[in-house]
Amino acid sequence: MNKHNELARRSAIARILANRGDMLVVTGLGSPTYDCAAVGDHSLNFYLWGAMGSAVTVGLGLALAQPKRRVLVITGDGEMLMGLGGLATAAVKRPDNLAILVIDNEHYGETGMQPTHTGTAVDLAGVALACGFRQTGTIREAGELGDAVRVLHAAKGPVLVVLKVSTARDPLVLPPWDGAFLKSRFRQALLGAHVA
Amino acid sequence: MTRPTDGGTDTVRGDTVAAADAQNWPNLIFEKLRECDVRHVTYVPDAGHARLIELCQAEHDMEPTVLTTEEEGIGILAGAWLGGERGVLLMQSSGVGNCINTLSLAKVCGFPLLMIVTMRGEWGEANPWQVPMGQITADSLRLAGAIVYEVTQPEAAAPAVEAAARIVFNGGLMVAVLLSQRMLGTKLFKDYR
Repeated sequence: MNKHNELARRSAIARILANRGDMLVVTGLGSPTYDCAAVGDHSLNFYLWGAMGSAVTVGLGLALAQPKRRVLVITGDGEMLMGLGGLATAAVKRPDNLAILVIDNEHYGETGMQPTHTGTAVDLAGVALACGFRQTGTIREAGELGDAVRVLHAAKGPVLVVLKVSTARDPLVLPPWDGAFLKSRFRQALLGAHVA
Repeated sequence: MTRPTDGGTDTVRGDTVAAADAQNWPNLIFEKLRECDVRHVTYVPDAGHARLIELCQAEHDMEPTVLTTEEEGIGILAGAWLGGERGVLLMQSSGVGNCINTLSLAKVCGFPLLMIVTMRGEWGEANPWQVPMGQITADSLRLAGAIVYEVTQPEAAAPAVEAAARIVFNGGLMVAVLLSQRMLGTKLFKDYR
């Protein structure tokens, strides 16, 4: 339950993205999008502001199109629960460059902190493992973050790490939400100015 | 394909050619997809799409992805476009209902989205459970911001896909090509009874 989860989400994400290199990042709507903006906006971040349940599939398509680049999806427990089928689809495609990080506070943070399934019954790392992900794990302690960084950056994918975090609210940091801008900025940074 | 004998009439010849075209439309759509550089083929299987799916699976340059639910294809094709590649979503009309909210991803970001939809519940449907969604498929897509081409003749299918692909990939727009039960035929469940 959440009372045992003390990990601070934003500092954990900052550490995971600290040495991102040429990694491509897709964020799920809500707090993961704000977290990634807060630790540093980047033209190779594609922020989802809607289309709940799509973070993993956007990351999957990107990973298939760019097999030489590491793709990291950072999403929340509520968003992940809406797209569980995407884990099955990703597992079947088995892209070795796809990593998924679920920031799991066991609540719907955007709508009033109603509990999600992960606080009582559902083990998202277990779901991904059962689907056929190559490696999955759940992290609860700051001391385990080094392992999470290694798996998310370098382990053969698809991999999924659940970070059990506290329910503390961080200051709101909003990235751009013009979808056409975010798309074109990302494509130019990845593919070159000619794709504008 | 059988050729008319010397005794064949124009009518017979015409019927034979028409029958061959009717069976060949998946091959012609496949050729158009290859011509316009479509690589990612995302789909939930459907009997009407079976031949096209087989052709795409056999093409080593294509990346076929079977989905658990149709809206996954919208996400995958958005990601593929971010990575510089094109794709198509193949589905049955019932799957359009699953896609509605996720279509906002393509709409708001201007992601190209080419959809080829085989119709159920539209023309002489035997299964009443297919009818409610089949009757609102075209309107639902239009309300969500897609351009809709409704195809009733097999020879019009590949040209519609070619026209749709040009609008989709040049303009970052959504186009759905609906293939009618008038050309696909209607599942009559005779084998089940």
